[in-house]
Amino acid sequence: MDFAIQTENLGRIYKLRSTKKQETRTLEALKDVNLQVNPGEVFGLLGPNGAGKTTLIKILTTLLAPTNGYARVSGFDVLKDPEQVRRRINMVSGGESSGYGLLTVRENLWMFAQFYGIPSKVANERIKTLLERVGLVDRMNTKSSELSTGLRQKMNIVRGFLTDPDVLFLDEPTLGLDVGASREVRTFIRQWVENDPSRTLLLTTHYMVEADELCDRVAIINKGQVLACDTPAQLKHRLQKDVIFKLDVSPLNGMDLHELEDLRGVNNLTRTQLEGGTRLQLLLEDDSILGAVVNKLTSHNVQIQNLEKREPTLEDVFVDLVGRSMEEVESGSNAH
Amino acid sequence: MQNARTFTPSADKSAILWRSFRTATWLGWQIESNWADPFLFAVYSFVKPLASAGILVIMYSVITGGAFDEPIFPYIYLGNAFYIYVGAVMNGVSWAVIDDREHYKTLKYMYVAPITVPGYLLGRGVARMLIGTISVAITVLFGVIFLNLPLSITTINWPLFFVTLIIGVIMLALLGLILAGITLMIANHVWFLGEAVAGALYVFSGAIFPLEVLPAWIRPVGFVMPITYWLELIRRALVGNIAAAFPTLAQLSDLQLLGILSGMTLVFGIGALVIFRWCENWARERGMIDMVSNY
Ligand SMILES: Nc1ncnc2c1ncn2[C@@H]1O[C@H](COP(=O)(O)OP(=O)(O)OP(=O)(O)O)[C@@H](O)[C@H]1O
Ligand SMILES: [Mg+2]
Repeated sequence: MDFAIQTENLGRIYKLRSTKKQETRTLEALKDVNLQVNPGEVFGLLGPNGAGKTTLIKILTTLLAPTNGYARVSGFDVLKDPEQVRRRINMVSGGESSGYGLLTVRENLWMFAQFYGIPSKVANERIKTLLERVGLVDRMNTKSSELSTGLRQKMNIVRGFLTDPDVLFLDEPTLGLDVGASREVRTFIRQWVENDPSRTLLLTTHYMVEADELCDRVAIINKGQVLACDTPAQLKHRLQKDVIFKLDVSPLNGMDLHELEDLRGVNNLTRTQLEGGTRLQLLLEDDSILGAVVNKLTSHNVQIQNLEKREPTLEDVFVDLVGRSMEEVESGSNAH
Repeated sequence: MQNARTFTPSADKSAILWRSFRTATWLGWQIESNWADPFLFAVYSFVKPLASAGILVIMYSVITGGAFDEPIFPYIYLGNAFYIYVGAVMNGVSWAVIDDREHYKTLKYMYVAPITVPGYLLGRGVARMLIGTISVAITVLFGVIFLNLPLSITTINWPLFFVTLIIGVIMLALLGLILAGITLMIANHVWFLGEAVAGALYVFSGAIFPLEVLPAWIRPVGFVMPITYWLELIRRALVGNIAAAFPTLAQLSDLQLLGILSGMTLVFGIGALVIFRWCENWARERGMIDMVSNY
């Protein structure tokens, strides 16, 4: 089966015009990117500002030529067959308010449907259904210039789905949306892909939760390079085979913690003194060991005040791969 | 939720061209007719062309001592009036690049869509062309009513006029495509590019004086420009006897002139498409299709 998206040693170098005439500096925005996205996948690109996410999307949507390697979308080379690619894709970037402000929401969407060759009747039905889905149907006849930035972004997201592309590219779709709207968009994305297994969606984000919740697979990208690419679960799993539990307990009443450490399946135990109790962090082989731990504690009359299972997050994975948190990378890159 | 594909959009090249052009024409008209201020619209399409015609008339009157009966007067007046098309059409076509890229931030979405971009841009220019037509008509009418322009419905060669007008508009639109390509390659606002080019060609196209007035070595510039032949044909169609008073292209018949104009339009048209494609690739290599200058 053909991949929905495939890149091979894809690279992009930008020439930067420096103020001093002598030297032209270059910037390697993408380097040797090899990705294979299957039809039916929601694929995420996760990375800090300047990682190269938008650059990759621009290449895949035929807006920008790569300087190295090649990319195929729906089986067509983005450089050699842009017309074929365009017939099968659509794209939306978040965090910008594009669109013809003098047209109503419906007119904006209808017009794009016309450009895609969708008959008016089909287009109007789809527009209504989609606007209902995102809660914008009552603003259908509002001039889009009168919409708030967030609502305008919703309109643009609808524009992406309206043409029912084989591959949809969303660049930071929830950037600037409030919590509720972001959740709606995420739910919508999932359903859209699940409704038809031939649909594929590639999105970029720098929200860990979004990548984790929404994506079948995630590529972690930094400084133009893909550092890892797998399902969120596998990415986290690779980092840490064990489960981490955090237990806050009442005073130990002289209980010997070796009794816990000696239980089978308890790989590690750390203790921190708290006010009026103790915090234990246990590294267990799997969840089932917890029962024995709890039994042991209650048999010594130690009460459990708080129990939390902490699993490794994609944030932990990013830190593991890059050595710094995404926030640190972003504040570092903003400083120059 | 939308169901499985209920239809397949036509992939036929002419179908794509037609829907790009048609939808862009609709959009262009929405934009041009959406003047928040009808007063501004009036200024733009009536007052401005009349004012520039007025200045020309005053200058002419001062220089010639009011010789409005000389054949050179209708020559200048009509050349100037129809030259409005040059700016309107060329600008109309190329302006959409700036407008979509900088203002509406939609150029990238147009490029991602399965459209023919030249077809789209030509469509965007239609509304400006129509408004240009109003300006030209008003200017000519003003001349007939107040300045005794020797124009009469019965003596006008209407078939020649309409054929010339249509070929001319197509020719100007294709020249506009070259401008659009250049605009695509320039990062900053170049809203004046169309006007600047139109202004520069004004002198060489025989719009306000016959090419004989220019030094001989510079005349070839006029002879390689289709606009020169177009204006001559317009004058012949409207005021045949006046056009005959100027020697520049007198040895050529109407049909020969039409042949030259059509041939040049074809050559310039193919050239424009090639140039536009080349500019597009240049812009794609440098990531300029969705560049916003932000300054
Ligand atoms: N047209 C351009 N010319 C020069 N450099 C560019 C251009 N576009 C992007 N860059 C640089 O390429 C790098 C990657 O940019 P890109 O926009 O792809 O990052 P991103 O991952 O989308 O970041 P963000 O999260 O901020 O959107 C950055 O260092 C950026 O400054
Ligand atoms: Mg980006």
